[in-house]
Amino acid sequence: MKAFGKVHKYGDNVDTDVIIPARYLNTSDHKELAAHCMEDIDADFVKNVKDGDIMVANMNFGCGSSREHAPIAIKASGISCVIASTFARIFYRNAINTALPILECDEAAKKIQSGDEVEVDFDTGLIVNKTKNETYQAEPFPEFIKEIINAGGLLNSLKK
Amino acid sequence: MGMTMTQKILAAHAGLDTVKAGQLIKCRLDMVLGNDVTTPVAVNEFNKAGFDKVFNMSKISLVMDHFTPNKDIKAAQQCKLCRDFAEDKGIVNYFDVGDMGIEHALLPEKGLVAPGELIIGADSHTCTYGALGAFSTGVGSTDMAAGMATGEAWFKVPSAIKFNLKGKLNKWVMGKDVILHIIGMTGVDGALYKSMEFSGEGLKNLSMDDRLSMANMAIEAGAKNGIFEVDDITLQYVKDKVSREYKYYSADADAEYDEVYDIDLSEIKSTVAFPHLPENTRTIDEVGEVKIDQVVIGSCTNGRMEDMRVAAEILKGKKVHKNVRCIVIPATQKIYMEAMKEGLLEIFINAGCAVSTPTCGPCLGGHMGILAKGERAVATTNRNFVGRMGHPESEVYLASPVIAAASAVTGKISNVTEVL
Repeated sequence: MKAFGKVHKYGDNVDTDVIIPARYLNTSDHKELAAHCMEDIDADFVKNVKDGDIMVANMNFGCGSSREHAPIAIKASGISCVIASTFARIFYRNAINTALPILECDEAAKKIQSGDEVEVDFDTGLIVNKTKNETYQAEPFPEFIKEIINAGGLLNSLKK
Repeated sequence: MGMTMTQKILAAHAGLDTVKAGQLIKCRLDMVLGNDVTTPVAVNEFNKAGFDKVFNMSKISLVMDHFTPNKDIKAAQQCKLCRDFAEDKGIVNYFDVGDMGIEHALLPEKGLVAPGELIIGADSHTCTYGALGAFSTGVGSTDMAAGMATGEAWFKVPSAIKFNLKGKLNKWVMGKDVILHIIGMTGVDGALYKSMEFSGEGLKNLSMDDRLSMANMAIEAGAKNGIFEVDDITLQYVKDKVSREYKYYSADADAEYDEVYDIDLSEIKSTVAFPHLPENTRTIDEVGEVKIDQVVIGSCTNGRMEDMRVAAEILKGKKVHKNVRCIVIPATQKIYMEAMKEGLLEIFINAGCAVSTPTCGPCLGGHMGILAKGERAVATTNRNFVGRMGHPESEVYLASPVIAAASAVTGKISNVTEVL
């Protein structure tokens, strides 16, 4: 599986309260959540994001609350993949369980800039920055986790 | 190679003799928790996947605490969805307005979690029950849905950081100050993916309320769980609450730790976390002049009896500063009742505080005390992220109930010595 898109870049410790503020958690509607994604740190994100775009950030992405509304909002906004130096652990789980592809790669996180066009191969973990003509290698997921993502999420993987 | 407390609990629940850090395992669950924000997402997933019954009607707890009493029509719809699900599936431990409390104060109080047990909750502060020597960790709604259906969850076995506690806290210094001090030291990702294990001779000087507020904020250091060694204080606490059998664990003498920190409790000072991360800590004497508009005393971190008592001790016979709104939220109905019987609510009301029925409310900017643009709050809660308590340009300063109560009187962040 591959993703290709334009990058929206953020810094360290992007928390779930800025990914989707709690004032919008009175709904679990994916589209409504996506309409407020990132609004407290990047009011223009929702206007600028296009289907297939990629989110890149530095350390501890998704820290804070366990709200699955965060990966749901990101995915429903059109983002195809999140790359970060590290992820907070609950967000990491939630992304896997809801089949939002994520990759940990410090080099990619440091070198990729907003607006770069990037291609990601989830099977090999290879990240190609088409704008800068650079490649970065992320660790692909272990088999156990690939199975969950390939099934379309945890519950789908339990159904079979 | 020996195992940590956490690894022993995970091994026992995976049916394995030993586990090691990094191993992926499947574990049996003793309790699955959800609230009014995370349960609706889990119910949708549960139904969409075609499950029709839950794995065990008494091993699921649903607590309506975030936006309750229902703050608006959407919140009311979400609670109704949870209520209907609980009734349809015969879920025993469903807690709604009137008998609910903030989930992480409520479950230990009701004896729904016990030492050595394995608990997942669709709320990041589920790590609180580590105070009882349980393995408990926050997960998302999909994990909760899978847990409700199968009674199992997957885990990557964590490595651990050990905190060896010694000595005794000074008067007016609380467990909250210890955990803020630790987060200031490790940073908000210092324990990422790891366990924080608390042990040492200093444990005997930490009350259960202190331990609960410390384990509660393990997630603020990025940890998978925070866990305390079980001792007489733990066993005394659960004695009249838990009637079922449970088995608890201590770490092997040769357990491996990524890091070991020695912490002398007598050296900890009252500590405040400045916006917008819990790691931005300063001791109270380094704070400077910070004027405030609101104080919140409550939450799953500091809404327990000892928190109420210490706040009342400071506020007794005094008045909240005219420029400050002080909101006190006992975390459960039982705490509310006890605070009433001990005369604490009267002290709060005479001082000019608003006293609320249990709710998470303002902690996550839900309702019951939202901040306007540019306003500042001192809160005994657990997060001070951008926009956490309201407007994106408002600020939250995290502190103990001691500092919060003293600051309510002076109108600026203050040590208790300024009001006594």
